Amino acid sequence: MDALSAIWSPGLVCQVLLGLSRTVILFIVASGLSLILGVLRIPNIAHGSLYMIGAFMAYTVSRLFGGGIMGYWMAVLLAPLAVALLSFVAERGIFCRVYDREHIMLFLLTFAFSLMFGDLVKMAWGAEYRTVPMPSFFQGSIPILGLPFPIYNFFLLLIGPLVAIALYLLVNKTKMGKISRAAAVDREMVGGVGVNVSRVFCTVFVIGCLLAGLGGVLVAPIVNVSLGMDHTLIMEAFLIVIMGGLGNVWGALLGALIFGITQSLGILIWPQFGIVFPYAAVVVVLSFRPTGLLRSTW
Amino acid sequence: MGERVNKSIIIALVLAAILALLPFGLPRFYVYLIALIVTFGLVSTSLNFVLGFGGIYQFHHAVFYGVGAYGAAVTIMKLGWSPWIGFVVGPLTAAFLSLVMGIICIRLSKLYFGMLQISLGSLVWVTVYRWYGLTGGDDGIHGVTVPELIESPTGSYYFTMIVAALSLFIMYRILHAPFGSILQGIRDNAIRSQALGVNVRRHQLIALVIAGFFAGVAGVLFVVIDNSVFPDMMFWTLSLEVTIMALLGGWFTFMGPMLGAAIIVLLRTFVSTVTDYWALVLSVVLVLVILFLPEGVLGKVFEIWHQRHPEKSAQGE
Repeated sequence: MDALSAIWSPGLVCQVLLGLSRTVILFIVASGLSLILGVLRIPNIAHGSLYMIGAFMAYTVSRLFGGGIMGYWMAVLLAPLAVALLSFVAERGIFCRVYDREHIMLFLLTFAFSLMFGDLVKMAWGAEYRTVPMPSFFQGSIPILGLPFPIYNFFLLLIGPLVAIALYLLVNKTKMGKISRAAAVDREMVGGVGVNVSRVFCTVFVIGCLLAGLGGVLVAPIVNVSLGMDHTLIMEAFLIVIMGGLGNVWGALLGALIFGITQSLGILIWPQFGIVFPYAAVVVVLSFRPTGLLRSTW
Repeated sequence: MGERVNKSIIIALVLAAILALLPFGLPRFYVYLIALIVTFGLVSTSLNFVLGFGGIYQFHHAVFYGVGAYGAAVTIMKLGWSPWIGFVVGPLTAAFLSLVMGIICIRLSKLYFGMLQISLGSLVWVTVYRWYGLTGGDDGIHGVTVPELIESPTGSYYFTMIVAALSLFIMYRILHAPFGSILQGIRDNAIRSQALGVNVRRHQLIALVIAGFFAGVAGVLFVVIDNSVFPDMMFWTLSLEVTIMALLGGWFTFMGPMLGAAIIVLLRTFVSTVTDYWALVLSVVLVLVILFLPEGVLGKVFEIWHQRHPEKSAQGE
């Protein structure tokens, strides 16, 4: 009994919830990555850079609007749109020409883009890190099980399900979503029945990148916005997508949950190696289910 | 045929003589740079051994390079053993890791192989990154002792050149032995190879171990040149950089990766003296290569050469 009550302490619950709030960011970024991977079959390494650009845009926009709560909401609105615009240009300029290339070529091509975006960020914002001020609305904490829990992380916990529901509606209930699912299975056939597949692909790509930008904006107030913040994140997002099943948005959710929970529990069990646990979880999952937990669209 | 072999031996000898004389004429920095190019070239060649010739999607190859370097550095600095023993332990550790990862991944098809491999590689990276007691964590290990004989820049240069040349020679011989032909046969048509009685997985596994070993050798060379190891040596970005080297020089050519390594290291060194944005330059080069020169520089050269000399190419390489 003692052991059980020790495990179910409020501290643990708070720790897990805190971990889950970071998982929300991972989920948002990974779901965009998974969407693009599932429909366009592009393993987009530049996705992480778009997340970073989203965070830097959040810095600029929120300063532009005075840094308060108004600045924050404008950043949430405008920064993902700016990222979407950038991705639109990249898709129409380059990516739409290379869909049928080998995966490893696409890997390298998107890596080239991530290098390019990294340097463009360095040009636009410089090499030193930026901080986005937490709007006063989100400062402070609320009590959960008697322990203080930061309001902003609570807000993130609410955002996560909202994004998941929005994605569910988009993929399953709209015509666009149905077409894109069909195109993921057989793009030639979908083209054959008179759908402009190229336009559908472009839309899916832009929506996926928009999610990367959104992730960047949401994370901006709780981290230092810096060059290189894309590198670890894209690795984690890829592992989450692989673990969940390529192209499956629910897989991204499941993967992000496993990743986040193993990490926050890992930190409690063995602080030094806490971050190793989620990576080990991915390896264990893939050893038993190489194609991921949920059905992949590949 | 015989005439060509003679010619290539002469070219190799001349090249070796030039490289051997370089430390006498060149400033120290350039000697260091060439050693670095050869080291990265060796990593890239060992990757190409499985990727270009074996058709195996080894996405995270830098892990073996890093583990080779760490194996040597830990043996020397933490166990206090002789550097020479460390130089052997490093590549053997890398080969052993490659064997273990290979056994876990080899049952999977191409892409899923790559994904499990990259996950395992990341697990190794993050473990090294956090294991302060053994690996020095994110600081790495600096000031690794190397034998007095090869401590000087010239000494480390010659050591690098000799070891790299030997490694390249061995890999070249393996690829031109029956084993290499079988490996390329598996790449081109695994099912047919199996039908012909080839044990596909065993050949692929052996190839992976060989590639891991020589990546580890390159890791040791880096320790000799730089006297340090750090976790970025096995970060995924380096794996992609090494893949880019192979692509740039030419996948299906043996010396392509070395050429690619030279291009990238020189580009980074000299472009970054002019501008901070060398990655931007690299990315533009890369996009152009992928779009217009997917067979790589050396691949293109060979293609043109074959077109001009159809009668010679008919005899085979």
